[in-house]
Amino acid sequence: MSLNIIEVKYLSVRYGGVEALARISFGIESGDYVGIVGPNGSGKTTLVKAILGLVPSDGEILFRGKGLSEFTCNNHIGYLPQKMSFLDQRFPATAGEIVVSGVYCCKKFPKRLAREDYKAAHQAMEILGVANLANRPIGKLSGGQQQRILLARALVHHPGLLILDEPTVALDPQSRESFYSVVRGLNKEHGVTVLLISHDSGTIGKYASKLLYLDRRIIFYGDFEEFCKSPQMSDYFGEGQHVICHRH
Amino acid sequence: MLSATGIDMMDILSQIQEVCRYAFLQRAIIAGCFMALGCSFLGIFLVLRRFSLIGDGLAHVSFATVAIGLLLNTQPIVVSVPLVALASLAILSLSEKAGMYGDAAIGLVSSFGIALGVIIASTAGGFNVDLFSYLFGNILSVSSLEVWMTVGISLLVVLVTMLFYHDLFAITFDEDYAHVSGIKVRMVNKILIILTALIVVLGIKIVGTMLVSSLIVLPAISALQVMRSFRGAIALAGIFAIASVIIGIFASYILNYPSGGTIVMVNFVFFFASFFLGRLKG
Repeated sequence: MSLNIIEVKYLSVRYGGVEALARISFGIESGDYVGIVGPNGSGKTTLVKAILGLVPSDGEILFRGKGLSEFTCNNHIGYLPQKMSFLDQRFPATAGEIVVSGVYCCKKFPKRLAREDYKAAHQAMEILGVANLANRPIGKLSGGQQQRILLARALVHHPGLLILDEPTVALDPQSRESFYSVVRGLNKEHGVTVLLISHDSGTIGKYASKLLYLDRRIIFYGDFEEFCKSPQMSDYFGEGQHVICHRH
Repeated sequence: MLSATGIDMMDILSQIQEVCRYAFLQRAIIAGCFMALGCSFLGIFLVLRRFSLIGDGLAHVSFATVAIGLLLNTQPIVVSVPLVALASLAILSLSEKAGMYGDAAIGLVSSFGIALGVIIASTAGGFNVDLFSYLFGNILSVSSLEVWMTVGISLLVVLVTMLFYHDLFAITFDEDYAHVSGIKVRMVNKILIILTALIVVLGIKIVGTMLVSSLIVLPAISALQVMRSFRGAIALAGIFAIASVIIGIFASYILNYPSGGTIVMVNFVFFFASFFLGRLKG
């Protein structure tokens, strides 16, 4: 049995008295590709932010058996946030500068970049097919190119776990397919564990091996086949179960 | 040699040579250049993080702290440094922990500062002339001690920017990702904001509370119009800021204009030039 890369125990998050997540517990094994789905406001992004320590939470979150307070670069987590709406089109940085910033976490004070760091950034950009954009200003790239650059930033320190929060919202269908192919390759060929949030259940059904259905609590967590064959889920989702399963 | 406007250029040069001999002008140029350097380095990070108005807010707080200093019959800077630093941490805390928008937090603390300053000024009465001189500043009256303090703080800003450059870059581009990367975001934010408070306190003597934030914001905005690399933007902001101070001081002396306002107006000239150049470059 594989070791759990993430272990979440009794996780709760409250926003101003409203419970966004209620005592959630689950584990993700190394090499898994887990898709998180759920209706709007179900706590998908909150769950990811709580795991990453970006919102205050109750409960316990362990990365490779270590607590959140010990969270360092050694945990090897790559993160692609939800839609780069904050990206200033005039931000004065090239795509290459953004990608290489992914290695800062591995550096000790005073942080200095070495030739190997630039090489690692170039390799990450090559994997994603954007090495030719290294010297272009980040704000001048298309939405799809920017997402690939940010994914390259997340990959540059060779993470064992990749967390993607609705990564293709701003992309056209072709760029979306291409993006997911790259992520699938990272999972299959490089053994990267993937945690993907998507409102598009069809996408989850097509690429992920496990499903976590969330609605402030866990409705279902397990293999896709199990989900699709479950009479309880059929009762819960009705036609919705078929929508999620039909592309798997 | 006559210029197109009929002004004798040789005469202007001889005037510049002459005024350079004055100790007060030498102090003004040294203090102004270092102040400009520190402000512009911080400005790039503050502007890109939508904290442009923090200089304005802290300047308003420093108006109150100067009033307190004068009320206590002590050097205003002695009171201003700790109190404005505390106010800057309060702004940070309101935006980070209380979930308040950054500009709202600045507005809140700034309003408190200006209101407190006005109340103290109206009740104390006797030092109003001194207090209102801080509204507009006077770079030509900086003391040797203030020059050394300005040089020290500005060099500290440059040193911290160099040591924390990568962390500051990562936080400025994407604060959440920087946090996930294990960068100590809160610590770096505190350092940035306290340095801003220190530079604002020293800046009010040079351009006054009304204009100090323009020393932080304008060179940064101007540089961002034309530069496409982060280091380039910091360097160009520094060049714009120092050039504005030097040109502004000489222009104000020759034309008999207020130095603070003239320095800011020169900054505006750089901004408009950069703005149109940036549009031309696309």
